[in-house]
Amino acid sequence: MVTKRIVPCLDIRDGRVVKGVNFQGLQDVSDPVELAAHYSRSGADELVFYDITASHEGRRLFTDVLARVASQIFIPLTVGGGIRGLDDFERVLSCGADKVSVNSGAIRRPELIREAAKRYGDQCVVLSVDAKRVDGAYHVFLNGGRIDTGMDALDWIERGVDSGAGEVVVNSIDTDGVKKGFDIPMLRDVSRRVRVPIVASGGAGSAEDFVDLFRALPGLSAGLAASIFHFGEVTIPELKRKLAENGACVRL
Amino acid sequence: MIAVVDYGVGNLFSLRSSLAAIGAEAVVTRDRGELDRADRIVLPGVGAFGDAAERLRETGMFQAVLDQAGRGKPLLGICLGMQLLFQRSFEYGEHRGLGLIPGEVRAIRPAIPEELDVPHMGWNALHFPKDRPRSPLFSGLEEGEHVYFVHSYAGFACAESLIATAEYGVELTAAVQRGNVFGTQFHPEKSGETGLKILRAFCALEGSP
Repeated sequence: MVTKRIVPCLDIRDGRVVKGVNFQGLQDVSDPVELAAHYSRSGADELVFYDITASHEGRRLFTDVLARVASQIFIPLTVGGGIRGLDDFERVLSCGADKVSVNSGAIRRPELIREAAKRYGDQCVVLSVDAKRVDGAYHVFLNGGRIDTGMDALDWIERGVDSGAGEVVVNSIDTDGVKKGFDIPMLRDVSRRVRVPIVASGGAGSAEDFVDLFRALPGLSAGLAASIFHFGEVTIPELKRKLAENGACVRL
Repeated sequence: MIAVVDYGVGNLFSLRSSLAAIGAEAVVTRDRGELDRADRIVLPGVGAFGDAAERLRETGMFQAVLDQAGRGKPLLGICLGMQLLFQRSFEYGEHRGLGLIPGEVRAIRPAIPEELDVPHMGWNALHFPKDRPRSPLFSGLEEGEHVYFVHSYAGFACAESLIATAEYGVELTAAVQRGNVFGTQFHPEKSGETGLKILRAFCALEGSP
């Protein structure tokens, strides 16, 4: 059976990992190549690189880093951040990305999903959505939860999948940063709407949160987290052992 | 030397990197002479079957790959490259493939239980048919090692050519072989150490001159 994917997410600014703080045995935790290699050795099933630089120079540093990671680490790499057009897809795919995640770029110009899926295939296009509860519905937010687009998140996700997104990352603003577990009700509602792999994001504070996630939603494909892995609060081998003990199918 | 067939389909960055990581010399090419000089050939590919088969013909690589395979040179198709080895595909219409492997390519959606997602995406365990010898491509592997898949179509009815399966509600074709012609539905170049072992095994195969 296909295994549950555990996906660490690395935020990159000016070619360095942001928030990479506390790791035993690593000389330089802000070096993306070193951190990516560490995660790959630990059994991460996939890595997400999120480019949070705004400058042109920062973008160049990012693609340099990506190429260095991709030439040494042979697990799937997803890239997000600043993807607005097909030229951005081309830029990161030619440096070793396997999948490209779109968020605000697709909200501003929804045709981007269809164009990219047509050129690179559905498997290459990941729709990432920041969603939050507003008046009994889920709304799509921009800028890390600061701007309410007013769009219904479930409708938006369905439209994105119909346009060719082959995977959806659901980041719940309601649970993000709280570290009390993933947003299981929101993820359940999304998984009832679409039949593509769904990646849960936002709220992981412990290994038990992943156990709860896959127990409540056995069809869910993957769990993504950043700080709990970066700060060493949860290690990937421990997490996978715990998942296996609790009946989830994982790659050990 | 390995010739990686360049016909404008797919992202070759990780394939090139993983071949470099195992010390294999590789060129990405659409030159017939280069294919002729190579001692083995990799046919990559992502995207839709019809477009890819068309590009393969436009670049002259359709016949060139058939010629080299006919001479007994080891050939490895990866993902869509594996599907192109089949006789035909039913992805958006009906398209003819290289016909090096018996069987056909069809959507997995009608074949798998309704609650499972498509694409079949992620790490899945390889299983080898018990009733025949292990393919040399998997000589260094244990039963159940995980490799990375991402696909919505798969090879069906490939009979004795089936050399590995993966379970996704049903048994899906994970790899095929007929003589010197090999194909993997999964991506060895994205499958960590297990994937590198498979690429090493391919590079160690003896081919006819």
